Amino acid sequence: MPAEGAITTPEAASRAQAPPTVTLHAVTQRFGDVVALEALSLDARPEEVVAVVGPSGCGKTTLLELVCGLAEPTAGTVEAAPAVLMAQRDLLLPWLSALDNAALPLRVQGRSRADARSAAAPLFAQLGLGGFEAARPYELSGGMKQRVAFLRTLLAGKPVLCLDEPFAALDAITRAEMQAWLAGALAREPRTVLLVTHDVEEALVLADRVVVLSRRPGRVVAELRPESPRPRAATDDEVVELRARAVAALEGAR
Amino acid sequence: MSRLGAPLIGLALLAIWELYARTGGVDELILPAPTAIAEAAYEDRALLWDNFWVTAVEVAAGIAVSVVAAFALAVGLHLSRTARGAIFPLLVASQAVPIVIVAPLLVVWWGFGLTPKVAIVALVSFFPIVVATLDALRRVDPDELKLMRTLDATRWQTFRWAEAPAALPGALSGAKIAVAVAVIGAVFAEYAGSSEGLGHLILQSLPQLEIARAWAAVAILATFAVALFYALHLAERRIAPWAHRPGGPT
Repeated sequence: MPAEGAITTPEAASRAQAPPTVTLHAVTQRFGDVVALEALSLDARPEEVVAVVGPSGCGKTTLLELVCGLAEPTAGTVEAAPAVLMAQRDLLLPWLSALDNAALPLRVQGRSRADARSAAAPLFAQLGLGGFEAARPYELSGGMKQRVAFLRTLLAGKPVLCLDEPFAALDAITRAEMQAWLAGALAREPRTVLLVTHDVEEALVLADRVVVLSRRPGRVVAELRPESPRPRAATDDEVVELRARAVAALEGAR
Repeated sequence: MSRLGAPLIGLALLAIWELYARTGGVDELILPAPTAIAEAAYEDRALLWDNFWVTAVEVAAGIAVSVVAAFALAVGLHLSRTARGAIFPLLVASQAVPIVIVAPLLVVWWGFGLTPKVAIVALVSFFPIVVATLDALRRVDPDELKLMRTLDATRWQTFRWAEAPAALPGALSGAKIAVAVAVIGAVFAEYAGSSEGLGHLILQSLPQLEIARAWAAVAILATFAVALFYALHLAERRIAPWAHRPGGPT
């Protein structure tokens, strides 16, 4: 079976043995009386794509903020390699061109404008953005903006990428395009990825492992491991079957 | 049609004024007709022009000083909550001090030259710019600040990349609001003590019963304020085109 073969490649085997880049242990997060996350444990290994799915308001964004060090948990421990957050909104700076937006992390690291731009330019072109270097964010389509935002996230040079519903604001066709694009980008630039989404299908298409969270307070109610290598098609038998299981887990957790 | 609106309304008002001045039985020493004012403006064009330049320089320099100082102060107030609490009430209080009283004191202090005029113009136009800039700084998208944090940006870098550009249109809007009061400020400053400028000319024309000339000076001041307003408007569009973007593709 080709699926078995994918799991036993040397890379995958060494990845499975490598120490995790992200470990959350029994993490609880409260905001006043609201319990956003409860006793949640999760890990991600180097270059593994872990998707976190769950209903709105189950603390998915809180989870990413903890991993990125933007918040401290109320209880439990969070150990993570340096992580960078990509939000649902592109958050491109309107006063910078697309290329300058992508190169922003390099400038923050102290490189000159010319240096940062020439360092960002090759990836910019490779990720399908060629020709849009000088465009202002408001001249770009929703999908293109997210590409620039993802490239900016990538150029932050951190081992962990936290993607918070990156395609939720896009229409269905663009979203499918962007999922394929993201799969390609990650194949080119592998990183540890925590992908938060409420779209079970998106999770199953893109991730090595899918963690299903319950409604607030967020707890892990299921963990799915598709066997075929990513990216998968939404119509794959395995995806369809696992999707049904994930949806059942979400319903049961209500 | 909307472009023609302002001139049409202006013409209509002038016509009513003309009619009233000619037939209403008002002494032309009190209310000269627009045609009489236009005549005076033409006759005294050299005098008006020379004095206009003096006032124009005072106003432009005053607004420039005010924009820079107000932007710096707004940034300071934005960065330090303590400073905001301590200084903001003083700022509001400074606006309650009647400029009529302060202007002569500044003239005594700094003499008849340009300095007290620039100071007074800056003083009256300063407040709206500080408030508009501070508001713009506080409205910066918190998610954008979070983004800068995950990129490990320093406080200065966050300011430089995310906050300062966001506040720029605010500062310029404040300056637009400030333009009209700035012109009044310059006239007050010249009243308080000067030997040239349109305010000075108005002050001299009244006792000489050159009422039409005084009105001509007022008309020039008003036109100047309108021109400055639109100049700032254009500057804002050039410097901050993103604040005026058309509804781009989604």
